[in-house]
Amino acid sequence: MTASAILTAFLTIVVREIRRFTRIWPQTLLPPAVTMTLYFIIFGNLIGSRIGSMGGFDYMSFIVPGLIMMSVITSTYANVVSSFFSMKFQRSIEELLVSPTPNWTILAGYVVGGMARGLGIGLIVTLLSLAFTRLQIHNLPMMVLTVFLTSALFALGGFINAMLATKFDDISIVPTFVLTPLTYLGGVFYSIELLPEFWQGVSMINPILYMVNAFRYGILGVSDVNPYVALGMILVFIVILSVVSLRMLQRGKGIRH
Amino acid sequence: MTVQANQEAPATWALEIEGLKKRYGSGFEALKGIDLRVREGDFFALLGPNGAGKSTTLGIVCSLVNKSAGKVRVFGHDIDTDLAGAKLNLGVVPQEFNFNQFEKVFDIVTTQAGYYGIPLRKARASAERYLRKLGLWDKKDTPARMLSGGMKRRLMIARALVHEPRLLILDEPTAGVDIELRRSMWAFLEEMNRNGTTIILTTHYLEEAEALCRNIAIIDHGEILRHTSKKELLTQLHVETFILDTDQSLATAPVLEGFETRLDGEGAVEVDVEKSQGLNGVFAQLDQQGIRVLSMRTKSNRLEELFLRMVEDNARQGEVTP
Ligand SMILES: Nc1ncnc2c1ncn2[C@@H]1O[C@H](COP(=O)(O)OP(=O)(O)OP(=O)(O)O)[C@@H](O)[C@H]1O
Ligand SMILES: [Mg+2]
Repeated sequence: MTASAILTAFLTIVVREIRRFTRIWPQTLLPPAVTMTLYFIIFGNLIGSRIGSMGGFDYMSFIVPGLIMMSVITSTYANVVSSFFSMKFQRSIEELLVSPTPNWTILAGYVVGGMARGLGIGLIVTLLSLAFTRLQIHNLPMMVLTVFLTSALFALGGFINAMLATKFDDISIVPTFVLTPLTYLGGVFYSIELLPEFWQGVSMINPILYMVNAFRYGILGVSDVNPYVALGMILVFIVILSVVSLRMLQRGKGIRH
Repeated sequence: MTVQANQEAPATWALEIEGLKKRYGSGFEALKGIDLRVREGDFFALLGPNGAGKSTTLGIVCSLVNKSAGKVRVFGHDIDTDLAGAKLNLGVVPQEFNFNQFEKVFDIVTTQAGYYGIPLRKARASAERYLRKLGLWDKKDTPARMLSGGMKRRLMIARALVHEPRLLILDEPTAGVDIELRRSMWAFLEEMNRNGTTIILTTHYLEEAEALCRNIAIIDHGEILRHTSKKELLTQLHVETFILDTDQSLATAPVLEGFETRLDGEGAVEVDVEKSQGLNGVFAQLDQQGIRVLSMRTKSNRLEELFLRMVEDNARQGEVTP
């Protein structure tokens, strides 16, 4: 295929993904907006006013970056895993497999499609948060880079999950038992300074902690970890997961006999 | 006319398969090394009973199934070294519905064009052309799951054609399609073929192969039993059975010298006639006996008989040498 044909194929996949999640917006766009508004009201306003300050900021300001990241991570992952798995399940993935679209383009299309939803949700949540707090921006490039790379990383994670899944249960195991706990323990709601030393150490092996903190650094300028180390780490993971995803696509396990 | 030209001097093979083998993950050997060649411009049928390996063969050609051994070339593009080239020349209508049930008809077809790198405007025009041709244009905004079975089949044909492939592969395109629609699909495929598209189809309806195809391969248990022209296959049929409706209600079948006869359930006479015999003898003798023939037809489909005989022979050989 020529470069422009590949670009067309890539955009076709992305547009198709965007069409899918906007078509089913009550399942994809509405729930995070509702949940996050509740978080803002309960944790930020009602309870937050009693907690006082965290990391040098009032509690509401402190949790907003974490909640934005949380919704970006969850939505991106959910989009790729459910979209790709249902393509696999309905066998409509064959439409792509018989076409000359290269594997890396298929992967890129799904990743960017998932990012479109994740970042779209991130934007919605950010706008909602403005009703509760004033957002300042400490380091815009850091903020933008972190949220984009994190989203890309979890899109890849969702893709691998979908490739491995053989039944619908398999697509909710990771989000429920891995992503949610890691996010809640990843410094969304507290600074790990509050933890005993031992648990601080344990928290440091949680990759989501790095992403949340790097993003919070971009907005507030405070972080429990070095944000540049965090960015580098995300990049390394992206490379690893991309290679794994591509190899899985090439082998075609679960999609080709 | 293009057809004849192609038959005489094939410039290219639309499809070449050599020594193709497939062993599934389960260990089952679905293809035991088949060879197949289809000329450009041909209308080719791959016939075989359930489980013969038809879908496996076509699946390998369009890279939905990984082969275990062998070579496949589509218009000279080897799928091992130039898969994209092979795919660009190929349109596939699979046996099972495999579109996203929730997407709209028009979106399904234009999206498929996009996967082939066709820009949106051209993709839309092409989608419209084929949806109109296949009588689905008024359904363009309907989600695929709301189509009838026959419409879904036609949707898959439109989808397979949207990038205008030179080789169209259809795996049982008329399964579950009523007679009227089947005829119109036949007419459509014949027109495509006349306009230069090479067509390969698998079918259970031997009538379909007899009506449409010029060349035929018969496959069973992962092996090609026969690979020849339809004409040649038909001349191999030595005995044909004719059914004669007469003006009399006969209690027993008339005795005709040199011919096997019997009565069918409705009192018509069935006569077995060998190719060399001709029919004149039958009529002469019936005339002598004062029996007038009102109408005559051949019993069952000739290809079908031949096909059954071949598959049975193959099974019998299998018993002797397991
Ligand atoms: N994914 C698979 N795993 C294991 N065996 C398979 C698989 N797919 C097909 N087979 C086996 O391979 C053989 C050939 O199957 P195939 O689908 O090619 O037959 P077919 O000629 O298309 O039959 P039909 O007319 O019923 O569509 C069958 O015995 C089938 O059970
Ligand atoms: Mg089949």
